[in-house]
Amino acid sequence: MMRKLPPKDVVIVGLGWTGSIVAYELAEAGLDVTAIERGPWRDTATDYAPNFAQDELRYRIRHELFLRPDQTTFTFRNKMSGTALPIRTWGAFMPPNGVGGGGVHWNGETWRFLPSDFVLKTHLTQRYGAHFLPDDMTIQDWGVTFEELEPHYDRFEYLCGTSGTAGNLQGKIQPGGNPFEGPRSRAYPNPAQQQPFSHTLFAKAAADLGYHPFPQPSGNMSRAYRNPLGVRLGPCTYCGFCEWFGCANYSKASPQTTILPVLVRKPNFQARDNCEVTRINTDSTGKRATGVTFVDTAGIEWEQPADLVILAAYTIFNVQLLLLSGIGAPYDPVANRGVIGRNFTHQTISDVTSFFDRTRFAFNPFIASGSIGMCIDEFNGDNFDHGPHGFVGGGYMGQVQTNGRPIETTPVPPGTPRWGAQWKQAVRDNYQSALKPGTGVHGSMYSYRDVYLDLDPTYRDRFNRPLVRITMDFHENELKQNVFLTDKFADIFRAMGAQQVVKEYRKGPYDITKYQTTHLCGGAIMGNDPGTSALNRYLQSWDVPNLFVMGASAFPQNAGYNPTGTVAALAYWSLDAIRNRYLKSPGPLQHA
Amino acid sequence: MAGGEGAKGEVISGHLPWHPAETTAPQPVKPGPWLFFSPAEVAAMGAIADRIIPPDPQTPGGRDAGCVVFVDRQLSGAYGRREGLYVSGPFENGTKEQGPQSPQNPRDLYRSGLSALDRYCLAGSRPVAARKAFAELTAEEQDDVLHALESGTAQLEGLDGKTFFEQLLKDIQQGFFADPIYGGNHEMCAWKMIGFPGARYDYTEWVGKHNQRYPYPPVSIAGRPAWNIRPD
Repeated sequence: MMRKLPPKDVVIVGLGWTGSIVAYELAEAGLDVTAIERGPWRDTATDYAPNFAQDELRYRIRHELFLRPDQTTFTFRNKMSGTALPIRTWGAFMPPNGVGGGGVHWNGETWRFLPSDFVLKTHLTQRYGAHFLPDDMTIQDWGVTFEELEPHYDRFEYLCGTSGTAGNLQGKIQPGGNPFEGPRSRAYPNPAQQQPFSHTLFAKAAADLGYHPFPQPSGNMSRAYRNPLGVRLGPCTYCGFCEWFGCANYSKASPQTTILPVLVRKPNFQARDNCEVTRINTDSTGKRATGVTFVDTAGIEWEQPADLVILAAYTIFNVQLLLLSGIGAPYDPVANRGVIGRNFTHQTISDVTSFFDRTRFAFNPFIASGSIGMCIDEFNGDNFDHGPHGFVGGGYMGQVQTNGRPIETTPVPPGTPRWGAQWKQAVRDNYQSALKPGTGVHGSMYSYRDVYLDLDPTYRDRFNRPLVRITMDFHENELKQNVFLTDKFADIFRAMGAQQVVKEYRKGPYDITKYQTTHLCGGAIMGNDPGTSALNRYLQSWDVPNLFVMGASAFPQNAGYNPTGTVAALAYWSLDAIRNRYLKSPGPLQHA
Repeated sequence: MAGGEGAKGEVISGHLPWHPAETTAPQPVKPGPWLFFSPAEVAAMGAIADRIIPPDPQTPGGRDAGCVVFVDRQLSGAYGRREGLYVSGPFENGTKEQGPQSPQNPRDLYRSGLSALDRYCLAGSRPVAARKAFAELTAEEQDDVLHALESGTAQLEGLDGKTFFEQLLKDIQQGFFADPIYGGNHEMCAWKMIGFPGARYDYTEWVGKHNQRYPYPPVSIAGRPAWNIRPD
């Protein structure tokens, strides 16, 4: 018999960025809120303190802060005709686990998407004609516009203390910022971070080529900051242990450093860690969520009843819970029907490694922050005419070198043996004078009919639930885009004076072992049509109106930016509708 | 069981769940006997480590850098047993893009791999005619055998020689560059070789000093030897 806990007003599944934001806002609204988190509680002093946080083996190589695949994983295949096999150890992306979620170990790259990204289908069709898009591309408009999201982007940036240089203040282009960004209502809360040598060289070469370089917007503090909730962050010390690591210095925006210290003091908030939600429960009509079922550390099932259910897990786990709970029609790529699992996307990343004269250049690559870097946006989204090139999409590119950690970052010129005396000498010779950005070309991936999520027929998790099956491959549009962008990127390193520039194009087939980013998107997308979207424009389930689904699972396709800024802006946008409209009159916020 | 608050898993309410001195600090490797390798395996591993990372006048080779100690301790811990990874069947060979699907953990791979490697060498298999254990071969002959494993031309009995070679290469190089608390990178020799300052945590004063080599010596999570000398 399932044991039942006392009912709550709100149950939140997952206590990462969106879970923390939602919990704070709904607790502020006076509701009784509980958040259930699969992983452990995490905090700076206990889990990544400054006397041991800088450990490449433990955190980067052995993945200490991430989900363990034996807790749960996914299966993967390139094509619908193939047999999917389990991801036994992480590769192409790194699912988070524990309180703070990906906010603990992200780099802090805090971007806004372009205004045209939110009306992508309409925009591209108007500019190039419908025939310009591949037949099997399934891109959609989001149902929300940049102008509607702007105040919510702003809110997140001020929560985080984002460091950056504005490029467009209320329609006026600003020197030194990104001239392609949508108009922002006010400047970043903090000035841009300082840039090490190689980043300034990149900016100079890019400007000489006629581009408009600007500092990457950063969730690493350029100075001490007190956020609107009264939580304080310290200045970043450029330690070079950011992505994959927790910040021991309270310098990286995360739920721990921006929300949780205030949230846990609220008497109407409670968090329950190390408990995994296995199902969203619905009543006999299937149209109303009654709460969730979770399993505690003793393996016992509990029911947590609630009036409002918020899914705030990682992309694929939101989709898995919807599929396992029978909410929304599962996507069928053959019939091209159904919504849960459709429009799943990742990113199209590539890099350029360049080698400079070691007698003239010393880059100190270990002096870095996670979100450091100088970037250009000339080749993102639809910032350039795609007509002559035969593809759509794009990405930002930059000298974004986040570390000189030696297991990961000891580049040697092509042709060097992988081991032995020559390899050792090449490592020694090139460490200080080679450049290897983390994600040099950060390209978009648009959605396709045959790239999707469903439940695997064979492999199961520790609770005997089917794993989610990923069917994904690169399409010609993205591979073309990548060649174009990588070539442009390499030109800048040549202009910097590199002796050797090595282009590492992203090539198909999609490889689950090669890290790109953790920006998995889609599967439970937002939109204006319940026939092609799982959620309405307020992230509310079309099928179950007292269920809202946060996160990048709502993105109809991925853009050429890191997603966290947009994920958070969407959460605030949705919360605005929940607080101002839904709570006054619970029910659908949008009619089909 | 209405009203029950007995679900297991910590409930956090009212304050951060903080307890004095509660940290998840790493466990440094302790000197002492081998925990995983047998004496014959130690000999082979030392020879392999010194071919992957040969000694030179400035920097020790893999053996003296402690790479074998590193691998020994890793194999005797969670890594060797694949703790935390997904190890449920069925095991099927997929495409390269689907990632490793082996039912074998690193401990089993090393045990069978090192034994098969010595048998291969003792049999006088190509490319080396000398019928000796790997550790007894000349450095040149050892390189020839390792190249044959790497290229897939040497067939080991009962396992894929190329897979084993890739495992050796990855683990030995990681041991060379990882923090010395894990047994390799003895006295931070690999970090000194390239100029990596290690576990230092504040470059604020140096971020604006462009094209000037960072001047200070490396520091491990356990500090550095100079810190342990007591002033008289």
